[in-house]
Amino acid sequence: MSALIKNPFNHDLPPLEAPLVNVQLDGQWVKVPKGLNIIEVAKRFGKFIPHYCYHPKLSIAGNCRMCLFEMGMPKLDANRKPVVDAEERPVINWLPRPQIACATQATEGMAIRTNSKLVKDCQEGVMEFLLINHPLDCPICDQAGECRLQEYAYDFGKGRSRFVEEKVKKPKRVDFGPRIILDDERCILCSRCIRFAREIAKQDVIGFVNRGSYSTLTVYPGRVFDSNYSLNTVDICPVGALTSKDFRFKMRVWFLREAKSICTECATGCNIIIGSRENIVYRLTPRVNEEVNSHWMCDQGRLGFHYIHSKKRVTEPASHLNGSLFPLEWSEALRTVAQKLMEFPPSEIAFLVSARLTCEELYLVKKLMETLGKGTEIFSEIIPRKGVADGLLRSADLNPNTKGAIGIGIGKEGRRIEELKNKIRAKEINCLFAIHENPEEVGIQEDILSSLSFYVWQGLIPGPAVHKANILLAGASFAEKSGTMINIAGRLQKLHKAILCPGRAREDWRILRDLLLLVGVKERVFEKINDVFDAMSKEIDLFESLSWNTVGDLGIDLSQKLKNRSIL
Amino acid sequence: MAKAEYRLILKHADEPGYTVDIDCYLSHGGYQVLKKALAMPPDQIIQEVKISGLRGRGGAGFPTGVKWGFINHEKNTKPVYLLCNADESEPGTFKDRQIIYKDPHQLIEGMVISAYANRAHLAYIYIRGEFAKGAEILEKALAEARERNFLGKNILGSGYELEIYVFRGAGAYICGEETGLIESLEGKRAYPRIKPPYFPAVLGLYMCPTIVNNVETLCHVKHIVEMGGAEYARIGTPNNTGTRIWCVSGDVNKPGYYEYPCGAITFGELLYEVCGGIRNGNKLKAVIPGGSSAKVLRADKKYKIPKKKEDGSTEIVEMGLEDIPLDFDTVAATGSMSGSGGIIVMDHTRDMVECLRNIAEFYAHESCGQCTPCREGSLWMKKMLDRICTGGGRPEDSKLLLEVANHIAGRTICAFGEACSWPVQSFVEMFGEEFEAKQRKESSLEILEPLTNRTA
Ligand SMILES: Cc1cc2nc3c(=O)[nH]c(=O)nc-3n(C[C@H](O)[C@H](O)[C@H](O)COP(=O)(O)O)c2cc1C
Ligand code: SF4
Ligand code: SF4
Ligand code: SF4
Ligand code: FES
Repeated sequence: MSALIKNPFNHDLPPLEAPLVNVQLDGQWVKVPKGLNIIEVAKRFGKFIPHYCYHPKLSIAGNCRMCLFEMGMPKLDANRKPVVDAEERPVINWLPRPQIACATQATEGMAIRTNSKLVKDCQEGVMEFLLINHPLDCPICDQAGECRLQEYAYDFGKGRSRFVEEKVKKPKRVDFGPRIILDDERCILCSRCIRFAREIAKQDVIGFVNRGSYSTLTVYPGRVFDSNYSLNTVDICPVGALTSKDFRFKMRVWFLREAKSICTECATGCNIIIGSRENIVYRLTPRVNEEVNSHWMCDQGRLGFHYIHSKKRVTEPASHLNGSLFPLEWSEALRTVAQKLMEFPPSEIAFLVSARLTCEELYLVKKLMETLGKGTEIFSEIIPRKGVADGLLRSADLNPNTKGAIGIGIGKEGRRIEELKNKIRAKEINCLFAIHENPEEVGIQEDILSSLSFYVWQGLIPGPAVHKANILLAGASFAEKSGTMINIAGRLQKLHKAILCPGRAREDWRILRDLLLLVGVKERVFEKINDVFDAMSKEIDLFESLSWNTVGDLGIDLSQKLKNRSIL
Repeated sequence: MAKAEYRLILKHADEPGYTVDIDCYLSHGGYQVLKKALAMPPDQIIQEVKISGLRGRGGAGFPTGVKWGFINHEKNTKPVYLLCNADESEPGTFKDRQIIYKDPHQLIEGMVISAYANRAHLAYIYIRGEFAKGAEILEKALAEARERNFLGKNILGSGYELEIYVFRGAGAYICGEETGLIESLEGKRAYPRIKPPYFPAVLGLYMCPTIVNNVETLCHVKHIVEMGGAEYARIGTPNNTGTRIWCVSGDVNKPGYYEYPCGAITFGELLYEVCGGIRNGNKLKAVIPGGSSAKVLRADKKYKIPKKKEDGSTEIVEMGLEDIPLDFDTVAATGSMSGSGGIIVMDHTRDMVECLRNIAEFYAHESCGQCTPCREGSLWMKKMLDRICTGGGRPEDSKLLLEVANHIAGRTICAFGEACSWPVQSFVEMFGEEFEAKQRKESSLEILEPLTNRTA
């Protein structure tokens, strides 16, 4: 399997059938796939060749000249046989000129020097050149702390400037698109953003104007760089030239706590890093997963997290009585819910559950339904969300865990929403438990909800008819919980808790666990999310023989199992 | 008496009554060689060009036959393109324009033959944007040639088909670098391509095999086919065959273009006899032998030149600038190059720091800006020279200039990196004392006087 997005280039992934060749890397003979570029060759053996313009997923530009290295080929005699020295080692002919590693591919017998005197001189030269006209506004630059210019200046530069002339002045605050600001003085003209826009986002509207040191990055007059993937340029920009309007000046990056997770804005499940500080999420950035999103994510997913800090969020359990909201203790709220659920005959209870819940949460819902049902099936449904697949990353399914819901057996992919509506109207269903869904969204409005005898709402931001809920349970957002989801391609992936829930809100699996305890399932008490997963893997054959720890940071492919069950 | 010119390429160019019309060209034997060529197998023409020893006249002196041999016609399945580099922008060079403005059909005939040899059916003349009139002349000449079936389908009944188009350049020096030229022709900024992998003969125009040759080079092909490669090789000296057009500018009495067999004339003969000596009876100070990017040569310096002896061995002989023969190899042995044939002469009144400043200004303006060392280094050197020339020099500046230049040459995408650093390296090395004098406080005051030496 390969990434759901089709990268035009994969310089870091040589074809599997590529034969191995012997290359001499800083004096050591090693075997590498033929044709692999020298930056990647070095990387495989723990050596770092600094680079700016090279990106494994973009065409090779070769313009920054940071990756210069010394190259040699075996010396051949008249019969084209390698000449060997006294110790039978091939004699190397070193080229007098340095070569760029990003555009050089490994061939048999090639010799590589990554830190010779010449290489160091080249690196010092390029660093000096890049800095002479650089504004050095690190103190106010968002990139500071994750800036390749800072890092390489430290690692490969001379540490002082010999430039006494006046610097070139360029535009400082260019509107580069609805989500990006460009500082042309910081731009090192590596053309990564241009190549990304052209080759991946397929919106070829940015380029350079003017010449020489006055070269300036700009957007084509009359066009805007508004691709739904535009913010990836901010990630791949090695310096602080491109900044996200959303994140700009909000937080110094070295204060950000990073948690590995996945994006929950659609069923692709792009792998991300959640950057937070003191329980506030400041940004999401893509995390490389060649099976899913490669290096990228869409802007909608990236910026879609702000609702988690909404003032409208329910942050404590509460009850509605005569139109007013009363905060409750968790124990009281949960006891009331459990008691009520047990009072209704199973056929009168319905669960409206979100396909944005994790597998663990869905599994606990399922267990709760089974316990309450005592053999009778309890009505459950999910709310489907349809968008348009864009051919890149975004999928048509906007729920991140539809496959998980189907696999665990919650709902019928939303086909029974009408039935639910009618059953409430007909008072066949008298108790509704909505988990992370607002029934209003699918036309179950106040009037219908009024027919219910008992309505529990659990979630983040309530809908307009929430006053119909007897009990409100404050749940957790994706950034506040750990768990797993199954993406559109059948990949089981993990979320990791990045921040604590606000107020007295709780992780949903804990809420559900406590309800289970209260309705009488006491054979096992789940302490950690791992326990829930491991129990799930024993009971639900889709997860058979998996454990929390075997689902690594990059997830596990369940597509075959899902296909066998006609879920994929 | 000055040695008489040997005009092969410019044979008719300045003849009274010779015009750019096709009838005039035909009445002087025009397009006869094309007929001969079309009767030859293409590979035989390539063979003749190889035998002729023809070296490119665009600057690098690369053997044309070898270049043409890079395309494997047996394996190649893509179209082949021939591009005529008529961007002529190297300061000091004005030979191609003589051909284009005065004898366009010679170029077209040379191109049709070359295209035929290289199995190209589409060719472009990439002409310097500023040569507006030249483009017009070429358009008209191409139309005439098309009308007479020297172009188009089934040329002269041979079954060979070729179209040539004129493409006006984008007004930048870098458009003359062959891969920049190709990008420009494709409608993009003339950003030179990285080589490898984009060698024109492999991945050229539209990623197809492409031959790029200079205007003068393509004209020579016509004469090679006419007289045969071996006969042509008798003009000039071994490895330095044929004639060259030397463009002399600067402080001589008779600047101009002069055509001689390679090696047939020395710098001394050219400047003192052909060009009537140094202006105002001044003393020769320095010569830039091959366009502004070539390293400057000092008139009072001895150069160590390897000479082949009868027995095949080489010995090193010392030569003054004036005794050096004008060819490819001897000029290269001085450490400079005969490049595009643009010879720029400076007399003893010239301020060498000012001269370098002038050159550096050109290169800072013309760097395409794609790769870091050239983009940043070219402007840095220009700014340093501005400062030195306006009284702000510091003793450490010479060394810094050299170090900056050394950080550019050999580390860039295209040979512009050398083009902008060689002048700096050579001026500072050859005329270090002038730089030092300017960088001393007391002398910097002198420089505040009007800069009489600066040509406009
Ligand atoms: C910066 C730069 C500018 C150049 N400008 C020209 C030019 O104006 N005309 C030209 O014929 N060659 C020019 N060249 C050389 C071309 O790249 C190429 O080598 C030449 O056209 C090949 O033709 P030839 O083999 O017939 O010499 C330039 C090279 C460089 C590096
Ligand atoms: S881009 Fe990097 S070096 Fe430049 S100002 Fe920002 S942090 Fe500093
Ligand atoms: S804005 Fe950033 S990515 Fe784009 S060219 Fe400049 S430095 Fe490179
Ligand atoms: S060497 Fe100069 S002209 Fe050539 S590609 Fe680099 S920046 Fe452009
Ligand atoms: S990484 Fe920029 S030239 Fe190789």
